[in-house]
Amino acid sequence: MVRMGHNKQRERGTTLVKRGLAEMLKGGVIMDVVNPDDAKIAEDAGAVAVMALERVPSDIRRDGGVSRMSDPEMIQGIRAAVSIPVMAKARIGHFAEAQMLEAIGVDYIDESEVLSPADEAHHIDKWSFTVPFVCGATNLGEALRRISEGAAMIRSKGEAGTGNVVEAVRHLRSITGDVGKLTRADSAELFEWAKRLQAPLPLIQEVARTGQLPVPVFCAGGIATPADASLVMQLGAQAVFVGSGIFKSESPEKMASAIVEATTHYQDPAILVKVSTGLGDAMVGQETSTLDVKMADRGW
Amino acid sequence: MVAPTVGVLALQGAFAAHATILESLGCAAPQIRTAEQLEAVDALVVPGGESTTMSMLLERSQMLEPLQLRAHAGLPVFGTCAGLILMASEVCDGRDDQVALGVLDMTVERNGYGTQIDSFETDIDVTGLDTPFHAVFIRSPLVTRLGPDVEALATLDGSPVLCRRGPVTVAAFHPELSGDDRLHRRWLSKAGIIDARWPRSQRSG
Repeated sequence: MVRMGHNKQRERGTTLVKRGLAEMLKGGVIMDVVNPDDAKIAEDAGAVAVMALERVPSDIRRDGGVSRMSDPEMIQGIRAAVSIPVMAKARIGHFAEAQMLEAIGVDYIDESEVLSPADEAHHIDKWSFTVPFVCGATNLGEALRRISEGAAMIRSKGEAGTGNVVEAVRHLRSITGDVGKLTRADSAELFEWAKRLQAPLPLIQEVARTGQLPVPVFCAGGIATPADASLVMQLGAQAVFVGSGIFKSESPEKMASAIVEATTHYQDPAILVKVSTGLGDAMVGQETSTLDVKMADRGW
Repeated sequence: MVAPTVGVLALQGAFAAHATILESLGCAAPQIRTAEQLEAVDALVVPGGESTTMSMLLERSQMLEPLQLRAHAGLPVFGTCAGLILMASEVCDGRDDQVALGVLDMTVERNGYGTQIDSFETDIDVTGLDTPFHAVFIRSPLVTRLGPDVEALATLDGSPVLCRRGPVTVAAFHPELSGDDRLHRRWLSKAGIIDARWPRSQRSG
């Protein structure tokens, strides 16, 4: 649109500015890091952003207990170590943690099921923040509920810390599959879709019209190899989050670089073969049927 | 008339938003990820994203030298945000391995406008446009020095935010996010890629 009015005010924290940073991260890899040294390894490997957290998901899974927002000092240390955007996780519904992360100056907040939920009914009102939020989703209804609360980026949840991509694929296929069905539904059917997905009708109508979510959709939870990154990108993810898959592999530096290249060249099997050769062992994966805690079930 | 091929460097970043605008202007807008693909373009958009990531991927994909050669040989380039950084001659506070192709004589400071919380949108006056352009600045680079042969087409608080020399235009902001195709259109018409009165106009407003 060409706006006729002239507004020289600088408007911060707008929907466009929040979703815009997610646009800039497309085609990239966002890596979980737990200290400044890991953050530098991630940046050196070509990460587009790092996610600061206390423990990678596989360690959270192993140790159990309540997991919370990271120590502010650790997040500050990571911010000082790298020039790329720094994200950090807050517990679902824990708006006080989110307020602190905004005060620290992180670039994105992940209201994340990987941490222990703080509220069993409510997510954070993300519209009330200047900093943008990313939220996980297992299906289109959940994604649209998060967007209606102000999320500026959606990531399919997968099952974090397992090194098993099967849940990520299920969630991504569910989201993209239902987007496709919405585009073929007639206007009367959209009311039914809104009820079934428990999502706001205007968002359902928008997705039906545009054929895509109003915010970028990335993929998380179980990506452990370059091939996994290529798979989810071919299934419609616009970027990938990799958590335990890098720093629980035999050679994090090599694995991180290889997943970065695989995410860019996801359609080119010859390049995928080249970057996957000589990487050492990937992280040890887990069958999701044997898990005590399914993190993806957290969130409402 | 054969549609011109305006590639969009797609190693990482906001390439899809640029392609949408270019296609609405009647151009073919292939995603460029290899040196072979680069050879086939009449002009190139280098989009926003993370300049560190793009630098590394340009090197690992053996595209750095071909891109530098073509850009210095007169390839029309539109660099936005990270693309501006890549076209600059000097980058302050970048990493040691940060690529600056030196296509335009200018010095830039990465994230010179601050972090995401400081990011903003605002209207700017652009030389040659009759109404302001709505510009979105996201962790944008700050141009701290401009060489004598580079023209500043727009400034914000005294710093250049839209610059041009010949067929190369760079923006510190994100024209691909505003739903306004005037800067893409003008870059392509000044570079002789499309006619200024290009018939397949999608201009709105």
